Amino acid sequence: MEARPIERTSSASLCRLLCSSIGSKALVALTGLALFGFVLGHLAGNLQIFAGQETFNAYAHWIKSKPALLWGTRLGLLAVLAVHLGVSVRLARRNRAARPVPYAFQNTVQATSASLTMVWSGLAILAFVIYHLLHFTVGAVSPAEFGRTDPLGRPDAYTMVVLGFRHPAIALIYAIGMFCLAMHLSHAIQSVFQTFGLNHPRCMPLVRRAGFAAGFLIAAAYVSIPAAVLAGIVTLPPGVSP
Amino acid sequence: MSENKRLNLTLHIWRQKNAADPGRLATYRVQGVSVHMSFLEMLDVLNEQLTAQGEEPVAFDHDCREGICGMCSLTVNGIPHGPQRGTTVCQLHMRHFADGQEITIEPWRAKAFPVVRDLVVDRSAFDRIIQAGGFVSVNTGGSPDGNALPVPKKDAEAAMDAAACIGCGACVAACKNASAMLFVAAKISHLAKLPQGQPERRERALAMVAAMDQEGFGFCSNQYECEAVCPKEISVRTIAVMNRDTLRAGLGGA
Ligand code: FES
Repeated sequence: MEARPIERTSSASLCRLLCSSIGSKALVALTGLALFGFVLGHLAGNLQIFAGQETFNAYAHWIKSKPALLWGTRLGLLAVLAVHLGVSVRLARRNRAARPVPYAFQNTVQATSASLTMVWSGLAILAFVIYHLLHFTVGAVSPAEFGRTDPLGRPDAYTMVVLGFRHPAIALIYAIGMFCLAMHLSHAIQSVFQTFGLNHPRCMPLVRRAGFAAGFLIAAAYVSIPAAVLAGIVTLPPGVSP
Repeated sequence: MSENKRLNLTLHIWRQKNAADPGRLATYRVQGVSVHMSFLEMLDVLNEQLTAQGEEPVAFDHDCREGICGMCSLTVNGIPHGPQRGTTVCQLHMRHFADGQEITIEPWRAKAFPVVRDLVVDRSAFDRIIQAGGFVSVNTGGSPDGNALPVPKKDAEAAMDAAACIGCGACVAACKNASAMLFVAAKISHLAKLPQGQPERRERALAMVAAMDQEGFGFCSNQYECEAVCPKEISVRTIAVMNRDTLRAGLGGA
């Protein structure tokens, strides 16, 4: 067989790059990074519930009063999610196809359980996000708790969240969803560094540990909200009955 | 462990007549295996037994039997090259096994490495990737002076670490996605670290990655099983080098 001639890079190479194995991985990492940004931003917003009904409702109202920003972000996130999901699923299918005959004796040396379950934790997060949107954005899970207004006439997001998390079963669903997020992030964060070629012998062990810790810390911060409601730390505003 | 300890083993070995045969695991017993034997010598003992019984011996790849040629390729209890880190299966000694142990021996499993017979797979996909890498520019004429081209010690060592790859394919066999990225990365970063490799550096990365993708290997998902089984202990840092070079080249950067 003859050696293939080496091609010079051209503008068409970007297209080829994105379809290549490494380009696809970079796309997943890049969109993952954007989704990670959302996870952090959303957490910062949610934690305002600890500041009470007034702060939280004012924040929720502020977002809703900027439809361009709100819908721009929503559509942007949807597009990013579609790429993240679409490319990952394509890669996962290709990876399955790359080993048509499995080993009879399965064994693993050092792969973490988080790394082995990225597709499943990712799909679980997707299912959770759909449930979460139905719960707090559409109001389909418990319609009676949805659509209330506070004394200032704003949508009462605070009361809705507190009422929602008073059901232990719903709080549990959130905890499970956040556990999946923790697993996903604990592999994803260090993966981004490796995929973009940032692997320095001195920094990488730290990056791996920090990524693992960050994943679980972020999930714990999210879970603190239903936990605080169940523990009676975040309570219904005076005069509101379930 | 006594010096002359002998092992009795139960082996479950993948038998497959040819590429079209679906194959199956067959069970064999070998008695009195010396702990000083290598894993391949243990298989030689089995094959003598099989030949004496008029059965077909088990086909497996091997050549140097001293850990440098990259021919031997057995998955031992799910781990390519067996349980000993940084060791080819030809250099794996039977003292790492216990008397009465059951051992499952399978070929490298990957679509890009079709089974030829029993435990022998076709690894010519690796040759095609190497060919796609093309040439390095060198001046013709008299051979240059040994030290005419200075290479920083750090770079020389990184290049040598990557050049230790013997192309056995254990990385593919161990990867949950049957990805060849550690192999390709070793070859790419070996030249990327040396001045001789610079003129074609970016093009080489693009061409080798494209060839790798064409062969039907899976894609790396950063689980690092490859690094754990590599008999030459090549680091996944080489994959980061490959990712960086490929992304830069693909984005048109220099
Ligand atoms: S037979 Fe040569 S490396 Fe094992």
